[in-house]
Amino acid sequence: MTAQSKREGMPKLSLKERKHSFKEVALGYTEWQAVSEAKRCLQCKKPACVSGCPVEIDIPAFIKDIREGEFDKAISKIKEKNCLPAIAGRVCPQESQCQEKCVLGIRGSPISIGALERFVADQELKSGVRRYVRTEARHGQVAVIGSGPFGLTAAAELAKAGYEVIIFEALHEVGGVLTYGIPEFRLPKAVVKAEAEYVKSIGVSIEIDKVVGKVITIEELFAAGFKAVFIGTGAGAPTFLGIPGENLNGIYSANEFLTRVNLMKAYKFPDQDTPIRIGKRVVVIGGGNVAFDSARTALRLGAEEVSIVYRRTEKEMPTRLEEVHNAREEGIKFALLTNPIRFMGNDSGWVSKVQCIKMQLGEPDESGRRRPVPVKGSEFTMDADTVIVAIGTRANPLIQSTTKGLKVDGEGHIIVDELGRTSIEGVYAGGDVTTGSATVIEAMRAGKVAAKVFISVDSAKR
Amino acid sequence: MNRIVAREVLAPNIKMLEVEAPEVARKARAGQFIILRVDDGGERIPLTVFDVDRERGTVKIVFLEVGTSTRKLGRVAVNEKVRNFVGPLGKPSEIKKFGQVVCISGGIGAPAIYPIAKALREAGNRVISIVGARTANLLILEDEIRRVSDEVYLTTDDGSKGQKGLVTNVLRQLIDGGVHIDRVIAVGPAVMMKAVSDLTRVHKIETVVSLNPIMVDGTGMCGCCRVTVGGKTKFACVDGPEFNGHEVDFDNLISRLKSYQREERQSMELFQRRCGG
Repeated sequence: MTAQSKREGMPKLSLKERKHSFKEVALGYTEWQAVSEAKRCLQCKKPACVSGCPVEIDIPAFIKDIREGEFDKAISKIKEKNCLPAIAGRVCPQESQCQEKCVLGIRGSPISIGALERFVADQELKSGVRRYVRTEARHGQVAVIGSGPFGLTAAAELAKAGYEVIIFEALHEVGGVLTYGIPEFRLPKAVVKAEAEYVKSIGVSIEIDKVVGKVITIEELFAAGFKAVFIGTGAGAPTFLGIPGENLNGIYSANEFLTRVNLMKAYKFPDQDTPIRIGKRVVVIGGGNVAFDSARTALRLGAEEVSIVYRRTEKEMPTRLEEVHNAREEGIKFALLTNPIRFMGNDSGWVSKVQCIKMQLGEPDESGRRRPVPVKGSEFTMDADTVIVAIGTRANPLIQSTTKGLKVDGEGHIIVDELGRTSIEGVYAGGDVTTGSATVIEAMRAGKVAAKVFISVDSAKR
Repeated sequence: MNRIVAREVLAPNIKMLEVEAPEVARKARAGQFIILRVDDGGERIPLTVFDVDRERGTVKIVFLEVGTSTRKLGRVAVNEKVRNFVGPLGKPSEIKKFGQVVCISGGIGAPAIYPIAKALREAGNRVISIVGARTANLLILEDEIRRVSDEVYLTTDDGSKGQKGLVTNVLRQLIDGGVHIDRVIAVGPAVMMKAVSDLTRVHKIETVVSLNPIMVDGTGMCGCCRVTVGGKTKFACVDGPEFNGHEVDFDNLISRLKSYQREERQSMELFQRRCGG
């Protein structure tokens, strides 16, 4: 296997081009690369990779199809389990899922399963997605709240099973966090739109500008004849640090910063009407994917210096390794073991400095990571004219606060069992609104599980 | 849906649009707002619901043309559509029988105070309204407000209509004159709401203000509209827009409202170049 053991690297946009453009960084495999990478697959009899996939894609089978140049067959195989492959192929943390289990990884590099998934999905998008042969909707109406990964996946499953599905989306674009959260250079919005169109082709309608909880309640949905309601409203509520000066001008939540840029396309201001203000020195607080997305976005908007301030070390950063590499390459600076304690402003109310304190790692906390503790007397200040707070999000509270009997935990997440059932019969939930910020694929898995549970309960009644 | 069924010029640069939005019309309560986008590249503009016609399924909004987005909105003709129209958003006003209430509006606050005054009166309150504007032709909705008030005072900065001066002058006269006030509701420019709150704090009169910070999504997702109330950070879009005026940090609100002045000018210049003003 000597010739086969070298992994095909992902072609990337040049650094020069990346600096000021929102074009996708990872360019995707060429046909030749995809086939070559697929040929490395050992086609294990008992494939470990499948057990690492939350939606149990038959990975060896689709890789075999690629190896044989049967890209159409490969994408069909994936779509049996995953209706959003071009999205998942880009944003799934494969290195800690399917690829982590790949036996080739023991001695060398695991197969780039994500890159292969993306390749066949992109091939299909290029040639035009084949429309799904629709099942006649004859089992009644179901409502899905939110058009993010949970909602789209649940809706697709339900439509395939013969339900008339309506997704209610609060914003003016489809996709939830895929649209407002993840930047164009990591997940092009055209890809999100195309995959949402595929879901629609299965027989799903999407009503934008509908805030469930405000314009209609879950109770009213049932009264209107919907047989079940699936809640995938995400973890859209930003959290702040709660330290002095946080409401100064120039301090954004990562959600606001990314929503302005991604959903409202502020990077095209003034061609698009929504503005964004970016300073010369940008400080991003946090160490997750959202912090990295924000930092790399700030750089593309023209910031001269962008620093990520994180209270632990690089090892504890919850972001994907790939993102750390990309950020480093692009020149993002890291201020590790550092925690902000106060923001200071100028006379006109704009942030000008961040006062920080150095941290050191102490005993492990409940997450198993060593708890950062402040080092006494180590305060220092950093200059900043834009600050982006990316320290996590909370469950979106709108549905919970307007639905009687819907149980939530202490942090406001909707409580569900392992099958996605909430405390109200016929109401299912999943994704970030139940778990807090997690992965796209985990939300998709939850969507599939919940849909299947309802389908089996409902078909038993027929 | 989203079709403009009527359009009226209320004052120079102030227009009213009646928009077909039956679901919003059915649900909207006094104090709530909507968000609209004129076209695909447009901003999400939050506007208070001025009035609804549940039978016709329409929602009326009133706006001042200040920047690119509101100028674009001002150019939408009857029978044309706006791209997006979502609502109702925010919490409705607290409506119950308080006794005697004073509803104060300044400038473009008038269309926001009208439904609140109307609902308060219907709930059995005696409503005293104070309507202020910079000058006579900017004083809008006088007739509507008169219809839902028991007493009305008008003020203009230049004295061209009603009493010369600020709305707080009238409020002070009422208080000094021994008029019993159970509650004050004030909607208008932040400086005006601040002045009202400062005055009523001294006299320990419960005061509610409806805040107008910059917003993006309007559903509690971005935190752009955060305001400091009683030392805590609140989101005007979901926790408000109404708050206890005595607890609001108005200076922070006023400062945050200026966040995009430079960009607003830049956007207007482009708009004027493209459309010839």
